[in-house]
Amino acid sequence: MKLYVKFDFNTTCKRVLEERLNAFGVDYNILGIGEVILKSSFSTEQLNQLQVSLDPYGIKIIDDEKSELVQRIKDAVTEMIYLDEKAKLYKSSTYLADKLNYSYNHLSNVFSETTYSSIENFIILKKIDYAKTLIAEDKLTLTEIAFRLNYSSVAHLSGQFKKTTGLTPSVFQRILNKRKELSQPQ
Amino acid sequence: MHIVLADDDEDDRLLFQEAIEETKVKLHLSLFHDGQQLMDYLLQGPSVLPQLIFLDLNMPIKNGMQCLKEIRSTAHLKHLCVAIYSTSSSDHDIEETFINGANIYINKPNSFSKLRDAIKKVLQMNWQYHTSSLNKDNFLLRI
Repeated sequence: MKLYVKFDFNTTCKRVLEERLNAFGVDYNILGIGEVILKSSFSTEQLNQLQVSLDPYGIKIIDDEKSELVQRIKDAVTEMIYLDEKAKLYKSSTYLADKLNYSYNHLSNVFSETTYSSIENFIILKKIDYAKTLIAEDKLTLTEIAFRLNYSSVAHLSGQFKKTTGLTPSVFQRILNKRKELSQPQ
Repeated sequence: MHIVLADDDEDDRLLFQEAIEETKVKLHLSLFHDGQQLMDYLLQGPSVLPQLIFLDLNMPIKNGMQCLKEIRSTAHLKHLCVAIYSTSSSDHDIEETFINGANIYINKPNSFSKLRDAIKKVLQMNWQYHTSSLNKDNFLLRI
């Protein structure tokens, strides 16, 4: 038997945060994704303890503003690609600037400074990552995937896929299928 | 960042080390001269596991493919990122390593500058996978 499940990352993360923060008995406020306001101040040691308790969930406390903005850019890119149908109507630079309320120039500078890579590159990486997930699920054709991810053609998607991973989508799919066979011996 | 390389060829190890230094990425590199030595190190449970393992395919005693299979079937190592670093460019060999769990396949380049660029690309991509909630199960890269 095989089950397919779907996650709502925001809810999951929020629940985990609530659970962990409650254990500290402080008043707090969770503002959307990635921001928590603590109503009393935390000592460095308490922050460390909180970090340790969040480690198993892969949640990291980010302290400086720039890394925080980078994280928000990444989250906004993820949202743009995974969830937001309307985002297709805008250029990604306009979308991000509107969403985060900074000029694209500023976003782009902070991003490159902190990650040594550009927002454009990150968008491509994230889109290809999504394409991989969709290919792995094996429910949509490549044409449908190209459309979902807002590529003008299958050739464009395949080209970018090859450039990013060094493999064509069909080779990638073959490898994944063989891996599955290998991990489930008959 | 902590990375390791297992390669039996001393010249290749040196070139790799120099290329890493030229990328100016801050990291700690440990070198091993065969697969057995690398596996002994990994299995004894070092305090910090490497974020990235570079494996030469052709090595005496224990080759890269054997190491890869062992890493993928050991509970505390199976999540590690493995890059195969080899002279073979046959599609069959490459697919075989991916099927057995490699994340990255690097064709040993024939010039130093190409090697440096390849390593840089790998480090960048690997870092993204560690910091950007990308799906590691689908991490495949061929250079």
